[in-house]
Amino acid sequence: MNRISKVFQRLSTNNEKALIPYITAGDPSLELTKKLVFQLEKSGADIIELGIPFSDPMADGPTIQRASERALANNVSLRDVLDLTSEIRMHTEIPIILFGYYNPFFTYGAEKFSRDAKEAGVDGVLIVDLPPEEVDELKVYVDKDSLDIIFLIAPTSNEERIKLITKKASGFIYYVSVTGVTGARTSLDNHIEEYVAKVKELTDLPVGVGFGISTPEQARTVAIWADGVIVGSAIVKIIEENLNSPDMLTKVGQFVRRLKRGIG
Amino acid sequence: MLPDKKGHFGIYGGRYVAETLMPALLELEESYYRYKDDREFQQELNYYLREYVGRETPLYLAERLTRRLGGANIYLKREDLCHTGAHKINNTLGQIILAKKMGKTRIIAETGAGQHGVATATVAAMFGLECEIYMGVEDIKRQSLNVFRMKLLGARVQPVSSGTNTLKDAMNEAMRDWVTNIYNTFYIIGSVAGPHPYPMMVRDFQSVIGKETKRQILEVEKRLPDHLIACVGGGSNSMGLFYPFRDDKEVEMVGVEAAGFGINTGKHAASILDGSVGVLHGSKTYLLQDENGQIKHTHSIAAGLDYPGVGPEHSYFHDIGRVKYASVTDKEALDGFRLLSITEGIIPALESAHAIAYTMKLAPKLDKEKVIIVNLSGRGDKDMNTVAEALGVSL
Ligand SMILES: Cc1ncc(COP(=O)(O)O)c(C=O)c1O
Repeated sequence: MNRISKVFQRLSTNNEKALIPYITAGDPSLELTKKLVFQLEKSGADIIELGIPFSDPMADGPTIQRASERALANNVSLRDVLDLTSEIRMHTEIPIILFGYYNPFFTYGAEKFSRDAKEAGVDGVLIVDLPPEEVDELKVYVDKDSLDIIFLIAPTSNEERIKLITKKASGFIYYVSVTGVTGARTSLDNHIEEYVAKVKELTDLPVGVGFGISTPEQARTVAIWADGVIVGSAIVKIIEENLNSPDMLTKVGQFVRRLKRGIG
Repeated sequence: MLPDKKGHFGIYGGRYVAETLMPALLELEESYYRYKDDREFQQELNYYLREYVGRETPLYLAERLTRRLGGANIYLKREDLCHTGAHKINNTLGQIILAKKMGKTRIIAETGAGQHGVATATVAAMFGLECEIYMGVEDIKRQSLNVFRMKLLGARVQPVSSGTNTLKDAMNEAMRDWVTNIYNTFYIIGSVAGPHPYPMMVRDFQSVIGKETKRQILEVEKRLPDHLIACVGGGSNSMGLFYPFRDDKEVEMVGVEAAGFGINTGKHAASILDGSVGVLHGSKTYLLQDENGQIKHTHSIAAGLDYPGVGPEHSYFHDIGRVKYASVTDKEALDGFRLLSITEGIIPALESAHAIAYTMKLAPKLDKEKVIIVNLSGRGDKDMNTVAEALGVSL
C-alpha cells in the first residue's frame, strides 16, 4: 500500500481526520519550503500539498497567485520541486502531493515526469486543469509508476460526473467546498455536508475538503463530515505576512497545531 | 468534421479546465448544438447582424492600393464597417443570444484592445444584461478610448493587475469570475480560443465573414481568390474568413502574427511561428512559453494581438499545412497603417494593419490577374494615441 492510503487507514482506525496543508514550493525560497515541510509535519500535518508555481494560476485567488509570483521570481521549476522532494524524502515518510496546473507538467513530459516523480518520492499529483476527459495522456504513466492521481469534485459536479471522476481517481477525492477560486473565506458554504455525503455514497476513496477553509473552527466543522481537511491560503498568508521575519516557521507551526487540534 | 466530440482538432483544443467549470462547458456545448441549426435562433441572429451590425459588409476593391503595390488585385473585406468598428460583434451577438436562451442574466468578457469588450458591452446594453469586462491595466492605458466607450455603454470595467497586465491576465481573471458566479453568468470569450466549445462556436459565428466573402468574390470576379490574408491574435477574424474556404485547395491562406520588435528579439506575439505546444486557458495549442512551461511576456503594438497563445484550430491548420503563418513587425504594421490611410482613406486598426503590411510584401510579387482578399478586421480610431506616440506626435 502506498503512503497516502496508509495515512488514511491509520487515521481512520484511530477515528482521526487528515490535516492536509498546502504551500507553494519556492515561496519564498526552496530552502524555506523544505523547512516549512518539516515544520508542517512536526505541527500535525498528515499529508503535504506542494504547489508548483505557474504564471497563470486561473483557479487561485490573490493569496496563492502572489505566492506563485514569489516562487517564479526565483525561477522555481517543476524540476526544482522534484529535487526538493528527493531531499525532503531523505528525512521523512510524510506523503507529498504535487498540486499545480498542467502546462509545466506537459512541458516536462508526462512519461518523464511520472518516472522522475516516483524516483523523487512523490506520492500523488493533483492537476487542477486536467479533468477526467483529458487525463489519460498523463494517467497511463502515473498508473504505471503507481502514483496516485487526485481529482477535484465541485459543487457543480452531478452524479454522472462524480462517477466518471471516482473511476479515474486514486488516493483520495478533493472536494472543492465552494464555486470559486482558492482563498480564505469568512464562512463555509451551506451545502458541504450534503455534497460530501453524496460523494461518499459513490466512492470508497477518502474525501478531503478544501478551498476557503481558514480557521480551526471551520476545519473542525468540515472534519465532522470529511476524511480530511485541506488548508492553503490561510497558511500561505502567514508565510506572506512573515516573509522577512525570523518567526515565520514558528507562526506557521502554531497555526497548523491549532488546525490539527480543531479537527482532532 | 472537427472538432471531435471532446473538442479536439487533431492533438489540439480540448477542455483543460477545473472541474467546477466542466459542467458549465458541457451545458454550453449542449445548448450550442441545440440552437446552432435552430431556425428561430438563426433568424434572430441574422436579423441583428443585418439591422444592427450592418451586414453584409462590403468587399471593396482597393484600386489605389493595388496600383501602388503594382501586383495582384487587392480586395478588402470591410469588417471595420461593422457597428462598433470591428468583427468582434459578429461573435458577441451570437453568444449573447445563446446566453439569453440559456437563461443567464450576467455577462462577463475579457478584452485586450477593447474591441471585444466594446462589442460585448454593446450587445449587453442592447439586450439589457448586466455586463462586466476584465482588462489588463497595461491595455487600459493604451486603449483608454475603448475603456470610456465600455463605461458609456453601461459596463463595469475591472482593471486586472497581475502577471503581464494584458489580455492573458484579463482572461485568467474572467475565468476566476466565471468559476465564482457559474450559475448565473455567461462568459463571452472573444476569440477562437479557450476550452471547447468556444473555439468551434466563435469560429461558426465569425464564419459569416468568409461566407459573405465567397459569395461576393464569385459575383465580381467569377472565381475564387488566390490569397486570403488576415491577422492572427487569438485567431477569430482570420478563422472567420478562412473557414468557409478550407476545402478550396486553390485558395492560399495566410495568417499574420505579430512580430513586435522582431522575432529574434523575443519581444513579439508570434505563438505559432516561435512557440511550442502547451496548455493554456483551457486548450492545447501553440504557446509562447519558457523551457519550464511558464507563459512568456509578449509584445505587440497592437493590443489585440498581444497574446501568448492562439486558437487550437489554427495550430491544427498550421500542422497540416492548410494555412501558412507569417509575421510582421510593429514597424511594418505602422507602414501598413499609413499606406492604407493615404491610398484608400481607410484608417485600419493596428491589428488589421498587420494584414495590410503582409499584403505590401506579397502583392508586388504577384501577377496583375491574381486576387488577394485582406480581412480588414477593424478600424483604427481606437489606436490614435498609440500611433501618435509611435510617430512622436503629441495630441
Ligand atoms: C480589430 C481587431 N482585429 C483583430 C483582433 C485580433 O483578434 P482575432 O485574432 O481573434 O481576430 C482584434 C482583437 O482585439 C481586433 O480588435
